[in-house]
Amino acid sequence: MRTPTFLLICLAVSAAVFAISVALGNDYIFFAGYVVMQYVVLSTAWNILGGYCGYVNFGSAAFFALGAYSTVAIYKLITENDFYRMPMPVLMLIGGVVSGVVGLGMGYLTLRLRGAFFAIATLALAVVLQTLIVNWDYVGGSRGAYIIRPEQIEPIGSYIRYLFLIMMLLAVAAVTIARLIEHSRLGYGFATIRDDELAAEASGVPTLRLKLIATTISGALMGMAGAPFPYYIGYLQPASTFGLDYAVNSIAMPLIGGTTSWVGPLMGALLLGSLQQIATVTISSAVNLLIVGCLLVVFVVIAPNGIVGLFHTYLQRKPEDFVGRRPVDADASEKVP
Amino acid sequence: MIFSFDLLINAVVSGILIGGFYAAVTSGVSLSFGILDIVNIAHPAFIILGSYVAYAANSSLGLDPILTAIVMMPAFYLLGAGIYQVYYTSFEKRGQESLRGLAFFFGLLFITEVSLVLYFGVDYRYVDARYIGPSWHFGMLDIPLRILVPCLASLLLMAALQIFLTRTFVGRAIMAVAQDQLALRLMAVDPIRIKRIAFGVSIATASLAGAFLIIIQPVEPSVGREYIGRVFAICVLGGMGSLPGTVVAAMLLGVVESLTSTFYGPSWAPAVSFGFLLLTLAVRPAGLLGR
Amino acid sequence: MNAAAATAAAHGLLRVNNLGKRFGGFVALENVSLSVAAGERLGLIGPNGSGKSTLVNCICGTLRNEFGSVHFGAQKLDGLDAHERTHLGLARSFQLPRPFVSLSLADNIRIPLLYTVAMRRGHHHASREVEERCVELLCEVGLGDKARRLPRELTQVEMRKLELARAMASEPKLLIADEAMAGLTHSEIEDILALLVRLNEQGVTIILIEHIMSAVMSFSRRLVVLVSGRKIADGAPGDVMRDPEVERAYLGQ
Repeated sequence: MRTPTFLLICLAVSAAVFAISVALGNDYIFFAGYVVMQYVVLSTAWNILGGYCGYVNFGSAAFFALGAYSTVAIYKLITENDFYRMPMPVLMLIGGVVSGVVGLGMGYLTLRLRGAFFAIATLALAVVLQTLIVNWDYVGGSRGAYIIRPEQIEPIGSYIRYLFLIMMLLAVAAVTIARLIEHSRLGYGFATIRDDELAAEASGVPTLRLKLIATTISGALMGMAGAPFPYYIGYLQPASTFGLDYAVNSIAMPLIGGTTSWVGPLMGALLLGSLQQIATVTISSAVNLLIVGCLLVVFVVIAPNGIVGLFHTYLQRKPEDFVGRRPVDADASEKVP
Repeated sequence: MIFSFDLLINAVVSGILIGGFYAAVTSGVSLSFGILDIVNIAHPAFIILGSYVAYAANSSLGLDPILTAIVMMPAFYLLGAGIYQVYYTSFEKRGQESLRGLAFFFGLLFITEVSLVLYFGVDYRYVDARYIGPSWHFGMLDIPLRILVPCLASLLLMAALQIFLTRTFVGRAIMAVAQDQLALRLMAVDPIRIKRIAFGVSIATASLAGAFLIIIQPVEPSVGREYIGRVFAICVLGGMGSLPGTVVAAMLLGVVESLTSTFYGPSWAPAVSFGFLLLTLAVRPAGLLGR
Repeated sequence: MNAAAATAAAHGLLRVNNLGKRFGGFVALENVSLSVAAGERLGLIGPNGSGKSTLVNCICGTLRNEFGSVHFGAQKLDGLDAHERTHLGLARSFQLPRPFVSLSLADNIRIPLLYTVAMRRGHHHASREVEERCVELLCEVGLGDKARRLPRELTQVEMRKLELARAMASEPKLLIADEAMAGLTHSEIEDILALLVRLNEQGVTIILIEHIMSAVMSFSRRLVVLVSGRKIADGAPGDVMRDPEVERAYLGQ
């Protein structure tokens, strides 16, 4: 399936989902749906570096939070100086750029490290960034920051519907990007980094450059997911924004769904995200995290290839079918560097 | 910044003492990561578990936390051995340690922490003992006993571990298993069993470290997270598995943290240990074959 | 040093000068100097642990040498990453095969084509061309019918062939075959030798690292012997094998 077709299908599905949600009338669906869509973006983004390249990032929360805090900084700038209010997509872009640049920087510092050290370094970086934000009074420091959300936005209706729509479109973009990467030369390069970096280098793959590309894209997407968050939540606090909950979810969802393709994180996020929304309302948010932790451990031990892997095993596919990467489209070779 | 020699000396001394305690906290990771190459980032969670066990025994039975910890060490050892068995069967055997092994321990970290929250709540817990409270005074120096006692006990633990690793057969086998599994097999020693013992010992140290922790400061479940960066920073800086190196690195980190906290304020403290970690990682020999 | 070696030293495609490599206190390579002329067939032999693979790793950039330098054509290689050296035309097969385990055999071959050949020529090929080239290369080593299989389904011998095919795929000027023939049957060895000779006739310089003496002797025009990290002989195969020091150090074991 060519990318434009895929994109159209996704957009059609999104339009349908949005229409149904509006018809159902309960605004809570949008609140819950926003979080699920956010996790689709976060887990897809994580998987680009983690699943495709094999580099585990424990600091997802940092990129997410940077996107959120860049929005807060701009909000303060606007309200204090009476500037023109920026539309959400612009804020998202800015959040994406900030987190992308930080991702690039972090990658440059840490990607020469062996896998496990890289993972630990990402955790360290997340804490350093959190400490910097906590000590930055302009965005509220540890006291937190308040964002006043507009009530309505025409012609969509309540603001939360607008946020949900934006996040869903971002999710479509993230999944499309992931799929595009998978089917391009970049995807092959990432796979070799995951399988054997030494052999990849010997075959001419510029591993550091590719890893930096992965970190930047991954970080940028996470930042874009974080940018609308202050408007969603109203009150932003470093402790919860940088919370390990984001880290564990962005790792658990791809691992449970399956890390080898874009389908896994999407499925993991939809399933696990919805499950968590139900659990938070019916039980408690602590139990919610316990479930995530248990599922993560269980899946990682029993079903290493996630739900997608189980699916393939169930259908008894031959290894050739499973692994056969669809070759790049004959004429319109998707040129990705 | 108010600079006085008094403050400086006390900051340095308390940094050294805390450093001794950090060494005990790191000793488990020196074993699992430094020697066995297993990235157990859940280790701090087990330490917190140890703290809560000591708390439970102390608040309901009035038992001394360190004694409780010593009594509980076999239980922690068994927990460690069990975890290693699962880790080995699921990951090491299949050669999938990196991504999935990390995720496994991350999941354990979460399960442990959240279970503690559900059972004990998020309030800070502390223990009571005769040596918590009084301080010794030597001229300018103020040494709280609640820091001195754990430090001394930690150094004892480190010494005991060092003797175990260098003078006993099992200990030397553990050092050997990191380097040459085949040679071990040829000596009719099962490397898997040795690694299981090593990991068990690693978690057993968490029992003691947890008791030390709750003596030094009040504990709540998410306190463990601060220690993830510290233990790996110290482990790497200390030379990955060298116990004397761990002690030195731990004290160095303790002093730097203490000075930062005293002169710049405690809100910068987490950045110190994690910044340290980044620094040590950056300075390590780079390259894909680097180790 | 004989005439061939002297010529190579002056105009060599690959020039290794006083290469030294340590691992902590252990000296893996000491003062190794070596030249390979374009189009040559060089054999590199030595006991296990003599540093042959370390030398290859240093030349190809997988390891960094502390002392000495490596030149490839006019280019000084020191400081260049391994992938850059591959782009310049250096290729190697690994002694212990390192296939990309999650990719099919055809995709394994595709990687050098996508990342070295395409980058060198400055444009992307149509996927059909690439696909055909993958299968072609696999056929040359006798793995054509397994193009869609995964490496884990291969025997050790087949994995070595894959290693070689992947190294060939990057269209190198100089190919280092590191023990590509271990475990092969006599006829398989003949096949691989014929393949290497064909490559050489097309202009590829080849360094053959082997323990199988018959293969080395028949293939090499020049022989270099490495013992305990030092080069102890460099010349025509016949002369080298008669060298008493070589006999003592290597053959006598």
